[in-house]
Amino acid sequence: MSVRATVISQFERVAKDQHKALAPLSDDLALLESGLDSLCLAIIVAHLEDTLGVDPFSGAEDAEFPVTLGDFIRFYEDAAR
Amino acid sequence: MPHADRGSLWDSVSAVGHRAERTLWGVEASVRLGELVGSTSLGGRLEELRGRSVLVTTRDQLTAALALIELDGVASRLVLCPPDLPVQQVPFVIAPAGVDALVSDRAALEVGAPCVRSVVTCSPRLAPADCERYPQHQTEWILLTSGTTGLPKLVVHTLASLAGAITGDGALARPAVWSTFYDIRRYGGLQIFLRALLGGGSLVLSSAEESTGDFLIRAGARGVTHMSGTPTHWRRALMSPSARRLVPQYVRLSGEIADQTILDHLRACYPEARIAHAFASTEAGLAFDVSDGLAGFPASLLEPRGAEVELKVEEGSLRIRSARTAVRYLGSPGEFLADRKGFVDTGDMVELRGDRYYFVGRRSGIINVGGLKVHPEEVEAVINRHPQVRMSRVRTRQNPITGALVVADVVLTSEPASTNGRNAALEHEILRLCRDALARHKVPAALHFVPVLAVAATGKLARPHA
Repeated sequence: MSVRATVISQFERVAKDQHKALAPLSDDLALLESGLDSLCLAIIVAHLEDTLGVDPFSGAEDAEFPVTLGDFIRFYEDAAR
Repeated sequence: MPHADRGSLWDSVSAVGHRAERTLWGVEASVRLGELVGSTSLGGRLEELRGRSVLVTTRDQLTAALALIELDGVASRLVLCPPDLPVQQVPFVIAPAGVDALVSDRAALEVGAPCVRSVVTCSPRLAPADCERYPQHQTEWILLTSGTTGLPKLVVHTLASLAGAITGDGALARPAVWSTFYDIRRYGGLQIFLRALLGGGSLVLSSAEESTGDFLIRAGARGVTHMSGTPTHWRRALMSPSARRLVPQYVRLSGEIADQTILDHLRACYPEARIAHAFASTEAGLAFDVSDGLAGFPASLLEPRGAEVELKVEEGSLRIRSARTAVRYLGSPGEFLADRKGFVDTGDMVELRGDRYYFVGRRSGIINVGGLKVHPEEVEAVINRHPQVRMSRVRTRQNPITGALVVADVVLTSEPASTNGRNAALEHEILRLCRDALARHKVPAALHFVPVLAVAATGKLARPHA
């Protein structure tokens, strides 16, 4: 599964587990508008570390925090490279 | 029932039951209490230890037990060294306790105390001796607990404070045969050691080198009637087919939160036994026993009623005042064991639900998920309710968004069906249990099925960050 597909599936899984209504996913969707709160995003990050084996946040103190879903996916794609 | 504060431990041992019929069993050797009349485990060197501050540091629990019986009332201080104390920490015990003599089954160099000149060898092979065990001192018993700095804290008790809760086994038709998974050099084990000695019973000692299964077989063969351990000890015992070798009349849990699941499992395994969970800590002493089969304790215990033990809850934690609390810390200037009114803050957090208080966890173990608090133990209690779960440990996992998340390591009653350590259906069921019972931030973000969980030398689940 591609990084993009893995990220998308985690968003869908966590939204379902947490009973959150997920906004239609697109690259320009702002994470804060996605319908997920910070606990959901935290869980997504933990799951992605388990499935992809990377945590791009750990080595990215000066990097900008991803704002949109597109940023978020690229963040992981860059780290997984 | 003798009062421990009327004389030495040896006096009290001598005053109850038939010494000749009472035995201390170790793994390799055993000693009948009657044999201690006219003989000694200390090679006839008891008088050398009179009035001294004695570090009792033995590999073997039976050896330590004999030394404690012989030395209470004789030594001014008995420092009980648990077997897992790292050698490099021994000097940090010797200095504050003013240790000037060693009782050991090893050489002074080997126990990390080369500078203590007086070294007395102790052995379960008794030697005939004309020893006068007349008590002269109210011996201070020094127990070690893990301090926050990594160095042990020295907690001062007396035989009276240690034995304050012991009321004897007078109602028993036959003397009790006690046993404990604990080491007797820790508070929980020492309670059982004293219960056996002061109550007229016998005692089967455990050994760190022995498997849980072998210990249960040995305890069963000796006809153990009264058995104690932490909930973690008991969960491990119930994983062993040898658990059925034991036919106890009394099962006791202490040292950790006894959740409803472990109480129910013990009830199912030992239907004839009285099952009690006790609340005690090295500093606070034994506060109370609960034997109604339910987790937590009745809120009525907090009502002032001239009781021996006074309880109160402040800022969410249980505080205790009684004659059973420790006297003070040794060598920790400025650190007070109790507040000005004599209450010891246990650091154990409780929650009132209906007319019962429930333990939710240690103050020091709280996980902070984005500013919201989680006690690992409250999550574990929910996970443990699943019939396929034997035990679990909840721990923190760092997270860039919320600072931390909760994750859980889970030991199943049997191997998971799949071989890669993940079992989606079971994981789903356990998480559903958690979601139904807990706030969102308390639900583990991940479950890991593991074959075993590390247990600390204290018999409690190892919690590296707690």
